[in-house]
Amino acid sequence: MIRSMLALLLGSLIAVPVFAQDTLRIATEGAYPPFNFIDASGEVKGFDVDIAEALCAEMGADCELVTQSWDGIIPGLIAGRYDAIIASMSITPERQEAVSFSEPYYSNKLQFIAPNASDFGPGDASEAVIGAQRATIAAQWLQDNVPEADIRVYDTQENAYLDLESGRLDAVLADVYVSYEWLESDEGAAYEFKGDPVYDDDKIAIAVRKGDEALAERFSEAIEAIRADGTYQAINAEYFPFDIY
Amino acid sequence: MNWQVMIESLPALAEGALLTLELVAVSGVFGLMLAVPMAMARVSPRGWVKALPMAHIYFFRGTPLLVQIYLVYYGSGQFEAIRSSFLWPYLSEAYWCAIIAFTLNTSAYTAEILRGALQAVPRGEVEAAEAVGMTPALIWRRIRLPRAFRIALPAYSNEVILMLKGSALASTITLMDLTGVARTIIARTYTPMELFLAAGLLYVLLTFLILGGFRLLEKRLNRHLQPR
Repeated sequence: MIRSMLALLLGSLIAVPVFAQDTLRIATEGAYPPFNFIDASGEVKGFDVDIAEALCAEMGADCELVTQSWDGIIPGLIAGRYDAIIASMSITPERQEAVSFSEPYYSNKLQFIAPNASDFGPGDASEAVIGAQRATIAAQWLQDNVPEADIRVYDTQENAYLDLESGRLDAVLADVYVSYEWLESDEGAAYEFKGDPVYDDDKIAIAVRKGDEALAERFSEAIEAIRADGTYQAINAEYFPFDIY
Repeated sequence: MNWQVMIESLPALAEGALLTLELVAVSGVFGLMLAVPMAMARVSPRGWVKALPMAHIYFFRGTPLLVQIYLVYYGSGQFEAIRSSFLWPYLSEAYWCAIIAFTLNTSAYTAEILRGALQAVPRGEVEAAEAVGMTPALIWRRIRLPRAFRIALPAYSNEVILMLKGSALASTITLMDLTGVARTIIARTYTPMELFLAAGLLYVLLTFLILGGFRLLEKRLNRHLQPR
């Protein structure tokens, strides 16, 4: 009796991953407006979320969205807490060693922002106090290219903007579209882009576990399909007056 | 298990551990300096004397340390009046914001520990001091405070260790303490197991150091109780 119960229990444990294949669990951060954020009603919204829903509809998959803090998002994927990350994640060599990526679904640049009144330029970065979000390509770019700068890393992008407002930071390095959204807001009115983008070959894609390349391929095909039928362009237009693909 | 990454991260983690130790030591000293007068006021029979320390203790024991850190760090940056005041050179530094939040937090707990200890000082000893004609100030200095410190020591060592672990929250306001360094390395290597394990071991080591220090202090303060 006990043995058959144990067998049943063991069987159900093994069966779980098989069931999980039917619904895809997708992680996003929820603190990165306008790409992913939690609105006043507590729902996750944004470009990434709309794209995720469009891709799931295209693939005919049942998707469940979960939020996960940014610096734990790759470890969580590797640990199997979800099947894919759609959270404005850049393809980097380091990340490619840990996870696999689909084809890009948009392109990004890194550009400094500073107060309108400041004469800060990218050339002054080495003597400045600069903020970025922890575990982003912006933080990594700063550590690799201006290690002598006073680099402060924040848990969320929003906290970096808060500290730019308080005057603790001379400048913030972040994704242009995220900064664009913030500069358009009331808080960001007194700030602007400074100089040209310092990095402009940043491809944003969907991350899956190593060995799940078939899933990445399904996402890549779905991205192509929503580009072709205009769904992508409609979502893009809701957030930006220009094409970010 | 990636041992390589653990060994390579050790120098950076050790540097983070030093900052952690510094945060605990500096806020511990400031906290104790605040806690002693607060505890003395707290045991006063007069309501208006104990009102202020009681309010302080209720607030800082009743709210999470993370909320207190955010209030000091992000809260202070919101007000133009603070940003243009003489306080801003300090409040603009994450280091001092952490010190302020930790100091206020630990002073509340320490004051409560001392309050209990002061009330546990045997009545007879204070009465004996009064009987030989000591002034109230002298009784505080010679009898009540030294006795209370000795009684409070074991509970206070507990508070310092809780503070050590609470200091991990400094990493949320950009400080590169032990936890901050570990999280920043993980951001590149994606090896949370290895880094948090290494950081955890260093925390254990720090705890042993602190406990050892308190054991020595306890021995010295209670040397009159040792068998000869």
